[in-house]
Order: sequence, then C-alpha cells, then structure tokens
Amino acid sequence: MHLVLFILFAGLCVAAALNLLLQKHPINSALSLVVVMSSLAVLYLLLGAEFLAAAQIIVYAGAIMVLFTFVVMLLNAGREERTLGSRAATVLGFPAVGVVLAVIATTILKAQGLGSVSLSDPITSTAELSRVLFRDLLLPFEVTSVLILIAILGAVALARAGNGHPVKKNVLVGAARGERTVSK
Amino acid sequence: MTTVALHHGFIILPHLWLIPLLPFAGFLINGILGARLPKWLVSTVALLAPAGSFALVAVAALGVRGGAALPYAEATGTNWIDAGMLHVDFSLVLDQLSLIMLLVITGVGFLIHVYSVGYMSHDRGYWRYFSYLNLFLFFMTVLVLAGNVLLMFVGWEGVGLASYLLIGFWYQKTVAADAGKKAFIVNRIGDFGFLIGIFLLLGQFGTLQMSEIAAKLAANPAWTGGVLTTICLCLLVGATGKSAQLPLYVWLPDAMEGPTPVSALIHAATMVTAGVYMIARTHFLFDRSPLALLVVAIVGAATALFAATIGMVQTDIKRVLAYSTVSQLGYMFLACGVAAYSAGIFHLMTHAFFKGLLFLAAGSVIHGLGGEQDMRRMGGLWKKMPVTFWTMTAAVLAIAGVFPFAGFFSKDAILMAAFTQGTAGGKVFWFVGLFTALLTSFYMFRLWYLTFLGKPRSPELHAHESPWSMLGPLVILALLSLGGGWIGAGRFSAFLAPVTGMKAVEAVSTNLEWTLSGLAVAAAVLGWLVAHMLYRRNEGREPLATAPGYTVLAHKYWVDELYDAVIVKPLLMVSRFVLEWVVEFAILGGAAWLLGGIMTFSGAILQKWQSGNLRSYAAWLAAGAAVLLLFALASWNGMLTHVGMHIGNMHIKWAGH
Amino acid sequence: MIPISWYLLLSAVLFCLGMVGFLIKRNLITVFMSIELMLNGVNLSFVTFAHMWHNVQGQIFVFFVMVVAAAEAAVGLAIIIAIFRARGTLAVDRIDLMKL
Repeated sequence: MHLVLFILFAGLCVAAALNLLLQKHPINSALSLVVVMSSLAVLYLLLGAEFLAAAQIIVYAGAIMVLFTFVVMLLNAGREERTLGSRAATVLGFPAVGVVLAVIATTILKAQGLGSVSLSDPITSTAELSRVLFRDLLLPFEVTSVLILIAILGAVALARAGNGHPVKKNVLVGAARGERTVSK
Repeated sequence: MTTVALHHGFIILPHLWLIPLLPFAGFLINGILGARLPKWLVSTVALLAPAGSFALVAVAALGVRGGAALPYAEATGTNWIDAGMLHVDFSLVLDQLSLIMLLVITGVGFLIHVYSVGYMSHDRGYWRYFSYLNLFLFFMTVLVLAGNVLLMFVGWEGVGLASYLLIGFWYQKTVAADAGKKAFIVNRIGDFGFLIGIFLLLGQFGTLQMSEIAAKLAANPAWTGGVLTTICLCLLVGATGKSAQLPLYVWLPDAMEGPTPVSALIHAATMVTAGVYMIARTHFLFDRSPLALLVVAIVGAATALFAATIGMVQTDIKRVLAYSTVSQLGYMFLACGVAAYSAGIFHLMTHAFFKGLLFLAAGSVIHGLGGEQDMRRMGGLWKKMPVTFWTMTAAVLAIAGVFPFAGFFSKDAILMAAFTQGTAGGKVFWFVGLFTALLTSFYMFRLWYLTFLGKPRSPELHAHESPWSMLGPLVILALLSLGGGWIGAGRFSAFLAPVTGMKAVEAVSTNLEWTLSGLAVAAAVLGWLVAHMLYRRNEGREPLATAPGYTVLAHKYWVDELYDAVIVKPLLMVSRFVLEWVVEFAILGGAAWLLGGIMTFSGAILQKWQSGNLRSYAAWLAAGAAVLLLFALASWNGMLTHVGMHIGNMHIKWAGH
Repeated sequence: MIPISWYLLLSAVLFCLGMVGFLIKRNLITVFMSIELMLNGVNLSFVTFAHMWHNVQGQIFVFFVMVVAAAEAAVGLAIIIAIFRARGTLAVDRIDLMKL
C-alpha cells in the first residue's frame, strides 16, 4: 500500500516536473508546477509531516502558484520565442547538472544505515512542531514575519505602475488593440 | 693601537692612522661645508691637513733616526673581511720605504697645496678643488701605509678616483671631462690586471698580508718562476696602467687638461709613482721571477725612449713635461727591472722634486701669461719672471742629470745598475738609458730656450711674475732639486735595504764608475749643445720640422688613433648595438609588448565571459556547484564507508543499530 | 517499507530537473518556476531527514523555507513585472543590459 502510494505520487511528481520543462507556454508550466506541489504534499504526509503537507497545499500550491498564474496572465506572456540561446548553457550546464546528480546519487546510494519509512511510523503532531517553533525558535519566527512585511513593501514598490518608465509598445499595446497573442 | 716609546724615552712613533685621517677630515669639511665657508677658512683647513700629516711623518722620521724599530705595524679597528680563508684587516705598516714615500707625498704635497692657494685663487670651484686634493692625499697615504695588498688596492683605486675628479675639474670643458674619463678607464684596464694578481696571490698564499707572503716565500727559497711569474706580470699590468708605461700611457698627456698643480702633484710627484712603489713593495715576488723582471726592464726602457722621442716635438709646455714624466717613470721601471729597487725609489724621490718644480714653474709661466700654454708664443720671459726662470733652470739642470743636481745622482745610479746587471741585456738597457738621457737633456733645454730666452713672441700678453704664495714652493723645490741627491745612492740603498733588499753588485771599479758618470754628463751636455744650436735664436719656426720622421713624432706615433680604431670604436659599436637592439628593442620593448599583449589578450578572452546572458551565468553557477560537490566528495572519499556509522551515531532516538 | 534513499533520490531528481529548467527555459517566469521546483526538492529532503532522525527541526526548516519562498516569489514577480514594463519582453536572452 505504501509502495503503491509512493510510486504513484512520486511518478506524478517527476512527470509533472518533466512537463514543466517540456511545455512551451508558461501557463502550462505553472499548472504542472501545481501538480508537483500537490504530489509533494502527499509525500510529506507519507513521511509523517501532516502540518507541512497542509502548509504545502495552502501556501505553495494555493498562494504562490496562484500568484504565478496571475502574473502569467497579467503579462500575457506568450509562447516562448526562439531566441539566440546560450551555448554555455548546453555545453557547460548539462554536464554540470549531470555531475551534480551523479555525486548526490552516489552519496545517497553509498550511505549505509539509512533505514526506511513505513506507514506505521509516528506522525509529527502540530503540537510538537509549534512547541519548538514558538519556544526555542521564537526569534526567527518573528524575524520571518518582518521578512514578509518587507517583501510586501518591496513588491508593492516595485510593481507600482507609473514609475516613469515608458511602457514599451509591445504585447500590451497589441493586446489593447485586440490582437491575438495567445497562440495555440 | 700601540705606541712605541724608545729607550730615549721621549721619541714616540705616532698613531699611523692619523696620517691619512687628517686629509680625510679636510676632504669632508671642505667638501660638505666648503661652498659656504669663506675662502680663507677653506684654505686654512686645506693646508692644515697636509701640514699635520707632514708633521706626523716628520715626527716618525725623527723617531726612526732616534732608533725606533721598523717595520712598525699597526692594526686599526676590527676585522675588515672575515670570509672563509680570507682574513683582511685595516693594517698599516710603517717601514723605511713607506717612510720615504710619506715624506715625499706629504712634503711635496704640502708645498703644492700652498702653491694652489695662489694659483686657484680666482677659481669658483676653489673649495671643491681643495677637497679633492685632500681626498687624493688621504688615498695616497693609505696606499703607501697599507700592510696588505687589498688595502693598498683601496688606495690605488682611490687615487684613480681623485685623479679623475681633478683632471676633469673644469668639467664644463668637454676636453677636460673626456680626459678624466680616459684616465679612469685606462687605469681601470690596469687595475683589472692588478685584481687578477691579487686573486692569484690569495690562491697561492692564502693571505694578503705582505709580511706573511714575504715570510712564506722566504721559507721556500727554491720557489721561482711559474705561477709567481704570472702573479708578477699581472701586478705589472696594474703598475703599467697607474704609472703610464707602454701601452697604457695614453692617459697621461691628456691629463694635462687639469689644473697645473694637479699635474704637478698627481701626475708627476706622487700618483704615477704608485706603480713603482708597488713593484718595490712586492719586490720579494719579483725577485723570484727573472722573466718578470726582464719584462719590467724592457717596458721601462722602451717607454723611456718612446716618450722622450715624442717629447722632442711637442709645442704645449705641459705636454712636453707629461711625456717627460712618462719617460722618467720608464727609468724607474728600468731600475726595478734590474732589481735595483732602491735606485728606482731614489729616482722617484728626486723626480718628485724636479718634476714637481718643473710643473709648478710651468704653471707660474702659464699664470703669468694669462693662460697661454703654447711655447711657440712664449719667449724672452727671463726678464719678466726672474724667480720662475731661475727655479726652472735648476729643475732643467736636475732632470738633465748635470752634476751636482739631484737628477745626476739618481739617474747615474740607475744607469750603473743596468750596466752592471751582469747580462748582455743590461748593457743594452744602459745604452738605451744613456741615449734617452741625451734626448731628455735636448728637449728640456729646448723647452727652456723656447720659453724663457730669445725675443718675446707675445709681448701683448704682458707677462708678470707670480705672487709669493706660488713662488715660495718653487724656491723650496729648487733647493731640493739641487741638494736632494746629496745623500748619495749608496747610503740611500743602505737605508732601504731592510725593505728592498740589497742588490748584490759585483765589485765595481772606481774607474768604471767615473767612466759611466762621465758618459752620462757628456750626454747631458751634448743634448744641451744641440738644443742651443737649434733654439738659441728662435723665431717660432720649428727647426726640426723638416727632419725625417717629424710627422710621426708630431702625431705621437698615431697611438691614440690606433687605440681608437682598434679598441674604442668596436667597443662603442658593440655597446650601441647591445643597448639599442638587445636591451631597448628586445628586452625592454619585448617585455612591455609581452605584458601589454598578455593583458589585452586575456582581457579579450575574459570579456566574452561577461555576456550579460542570464543562462550562461546560470550554466557557470551550475558548473561551480558541480565542482564544489566533486571536491567535497573527493575529500570525504575515504570516509564514505564510515558514513553509515557516522549517520548512525548521530540519530537521537533510534532503536538500536 | 520504502527505503529512505528513494525519497532522497526523488529529491535529488527534482532538484536537478529544476536546474535543467533553469538552464534551458527562455521565459523569465518559467525560469523562476524552475527555481521554485529546486526549492521543493530540497524541502522534500529536509522532511525525509526529519523523519529519519525523528527530529522536528527538519520540518521547522521546511517551514522557514516556505516562508522565504513566498516572500521571494512576491518580490521576484514584482521585479519581473517591472522588467516587463521596462523592456517589453520576457525573453531571458533579450534582458542583457549587463553586457560589457
């Protein structure tokens, strides 16, 4: 049972991630990412982290991805264009990624005594989590709230229209004229 | 530093290090402060130095006369060099030879200092002149007092430096500056030989202390020739450079560009005699090498004759005297070459008197004529400059070797030593010396006639007598030229015997002595006669101009031109080539081009890295991460098998393992 | 009974897929999404280790990562909007004002 669940949702994760890479339109990628988040939430649940699973759905899939989707639709980001590209990215980047993967995989596979996960393992209760969070790590917790406040301020300041930048006539103007920008 | 109190109780030999120190102090004071001091103070400081040194030397001489033991060695200060087997310290040694030399140097030096007060009184570089002169005295006394070869070399180089400074004293004149350079460079060539000699000495004897070398040689009576000959020849090269013998004499005539007192002191009385002194000082080496002695004699005799022939046709009064100096130095070398070292030193002493006087008197003439040096424009000066005339006459008689003047005794001693040397070569040397004496008498009287007698050829110059500050030394030197030789060569040699060795002479019959002396005097008189006939009534035309070989002599055998073409020009060409092409173009230009090129090239390559392209930046980031991970993996490779246990140990609550 | 290493491998795969996406995608927003994917992969490994060591601190860390990711997403997307306004394009290769 555990195995089936794991394989299903792990597979869904990887498939959605691949889909994110392969899709040309950003909205498709965004939706794939939502799928990844959700399956990750299930995996957290399998690992006994119930609060985090909930937080994953609420914060990540529910808020952050929605934000992404908003921005994609706001900017009417169209199909990816064929641009110049970067040779370094392929020549250097892919081998690098391969090396990273290899190294991590080697380390993981060679490690001994890692143990295993089973469904009967105790689930971490929220009480336990909050005990540590609000007692031992109270200060970092408060600092993060300040961080969020700063982020809000920053986002508002940056995204404000009318900064003096002339809006490049491109997609927006075209959209105003009712041109089709979303290709299918 | 020890002093020696004698049995008389009150004669003390002075601290030797004071003798060079006083001139050095004079050099420092005048050199540093002289420009700001009033002239009388500069003069006082400059005169006190040689006077003080002379006083000290006189005290030492009195001490010796009173019976002080010589040699008297004094080691000053700490060790100078202490490296491996080389141990050298600042040791000063006073013995009979250095005592004689010091008397001459400080005595004649003092007289010339006094003379210079008058001669240079109008010169703007007055203070500089006296500081250089004191510097010269310092180095010369160090050279003479040195107890080891290295300290002597220091003095040797130092007098070369002082000579360069003083020859080029009027450095604004290119001719003078060039002459100074020439003197220094030619000296340097000689010094190279000297240095090789020092190295060989060190290698052979392991020490540079002259007393120790002499002792080692004395312990080994059968050691002759071979490496000792090489050492002596190397030392001879050095002496040739310093004492202006063939082939390194070319700097001395040019050195006449310096002020006349300088020519008197350095290039007549003292510095150029350093070579002769050095050979006499190291005579124990030369005695072991008959070949080297022969070479010395040949060099001396050849130079004496060669220079005398050139001196016959010169028109500049100082040039005549310069070639005369070269010629007389040849006599001294000849004396050393026949192992009559004391005769050579004797002639050195008398030569200092009469040559110094000749130069100073010539300076007086030049000064009185307002700078005129060409004899063809002189004449009839005996009436206008009487003191100069009479003192110069004394000097001319002395150098010609007329009895009873000083030159007679010393030159006679040399000729006799050559004649009685025992080999056939000795007779040849004697004949060359005799013939040169004839020539010497000739050209000196020629100078005498042209300068002082006859009708004045340049009345417009308003010749006048010099001040007494200049005439005083002339008179004193004239007296010395007259009586300086009366001590006699025999007693002189006996005095110097502990140092220079007594030359074993065959029993010389009195008849031979008288014959040889008579021949010498006859040669002198013959020379005078010829000069009298040719120059008594001179109108400025050169009677010898039509003689065969005149052009060769007038051009000084084209030696300067030869050296220029064979040595100087190729050297300059090579030097220019190396400077322009190798250093400037290849090395410096190449280095600059290379550096600049590397920077530009690497910049051009690295510039591509800053593309602004986000994805390439990302790629490099990934690459960096990969490298870091690989590194971490590699460094923990050995511990990978322990990872399981390591991780296992870290868990907090895990049931067993 | 799933071995822990499987979870860790999955996390590594997700991370590397995110890196690949970061390298090959040409749309700025998609690149940003790849970064989020990388973060999620790391989150998974944290939770896995928290489970392995029975230490809740791993989950706390995930909590903070989420907070930071949220803040980052907000600010980052605001920047993207500003860039789009200034340059009119979201193509990564066109936004190269930092070139020499």
